[in-house]
Amino acid sequence: MSDATVNPSASSAADRRARDFHRARDYEPSFGDYFALLKPRVMSLVVFTALVGVLAAPSSLHWVEAFAALLFIAVGAGASGALNMWWDADIDAVMRRTAKRPIPSGRVDGQDALYIGVALSLLSAVMLWLTTNLLAAGLLAFTIFFYAVVYSMWLKRSTPQNIVIGGAAGAFPPMIGWVAVTGTLSIEAVLMFAIIFLWTPPHFWALALFMRNDYDNAGVPMLTVTHGRRSTRNHILVYSIIMALFAVGAAFTSLGGPFYLAVALIANAIWLRDAFRIWRRDEAAADSDDFSVEKGFFKFSLLYLFLHFGAIWVEAVLPAGAWGGW
Amino acid sequence: MFENVTSEMHERRKSRNLGVAACLAAFIVLLFALTAVKVQQHGIIQGFDHVVRPELLPADGS
Repeated sequence: MSDATVNPSASSAADRRARDFHRARDYEPSFGDYFALLKPRVMSLVVFTALVGVLAAPSSLHWVEAFAALLFIAVGAGASGALNMWWDADIDAVMRRTAKRPIPSGRVDGQDALYIGVALSLLSAVMLWLTTNLLAAGLLAFTIFFYAVVYSMWLKRSTPQNIVIGGAAGAFPPMIGWVAVTGTLSIEAVLMFAIIFLWTPPHFWALALFMRNDYDNAGVPMLTVTHGRRSTRNHILVYSIIMALFAVGAAFTSLGGPFYLAVALIANAIWLRDAFRIWRRDEAAADSDDFSVEKGFFKFSLLYLFLHFGAIWVEAVLPAGAWGGW
Repeated sequence: MFENVTSEMHERRKSRNLGVAACLAAFIVLLFALTAVKVQQHGIIQGFDHVVRPELLPADGS
């Protein structure tokens, strides 16, 4: 069924919205379609880093409270993902990487995504408050606000520093996990925040390199678009060096220990090697092997974060003085 | 053709309904478990309901 007044090939925003509305109205979303709004892969990373924050904290929660806290942190992350998909539906439709998302593919109506995002935001913040404490709930609410409003609505489309500043949203979960247990902020929570904050720019700039013109077509001012791909490679190397120094340095803080140091040295050696390879090559070399180095760096960056937070967790559970801590 | 479309639509609707029902049930179970844990941790809680409770009065009777 189609509306004769809607021209499916029209490029205007109003026509696209009308077409999406009619497509969404004809299609009843499944539960999986709604679940996809929450960006499940991002949620899994949030759950893991928040879990490490909970486990690394000096005191502990009852396991039911810990489970509930992690669940509501994950729901909050999913809510901000839904709000981001609602706001970015127009550019998601243009980008190859995101065109199959629920809204641009017509499976879910944009307004539904907005309502789900707002409802889950309120639910997750209130429930985290009731489960743990007000500070943790406040941080979660701020994280949702930061990602949906500061990053998605403002920074993403206005500055090439979008991912540098906006990356803070992904760095909050371990801090929230820590605060959920202890009720206060501490230097360890800030260190975990900083690890993810510094990791985010090289991770996303590598993605931007091998996604080629995706961001350009969408008009998003990623570094590859505003300053060029050579500059992006330079930035990846510089930020990777800063990341490596910080990540290894964290081994000598209250968060780290000998096990963390061993893991950090190996992971950062690989990280820097790959960053250096990205910096050395030019676009012709990258094109010839379909950006294999850039794609490899991006894939390794996920393992990199897992290794560091896994090592933090191990240090937290090992007996102090033996392997755990210095 | 129409039977296929109807069947697919019903499948999606069923998955949506089952998913929402499962989320609601899980939420209720979680809230019950959380309440049980909180009460165990903090002891029996008495709410103020405008009824005098002698056991809550100060020991000196003031």
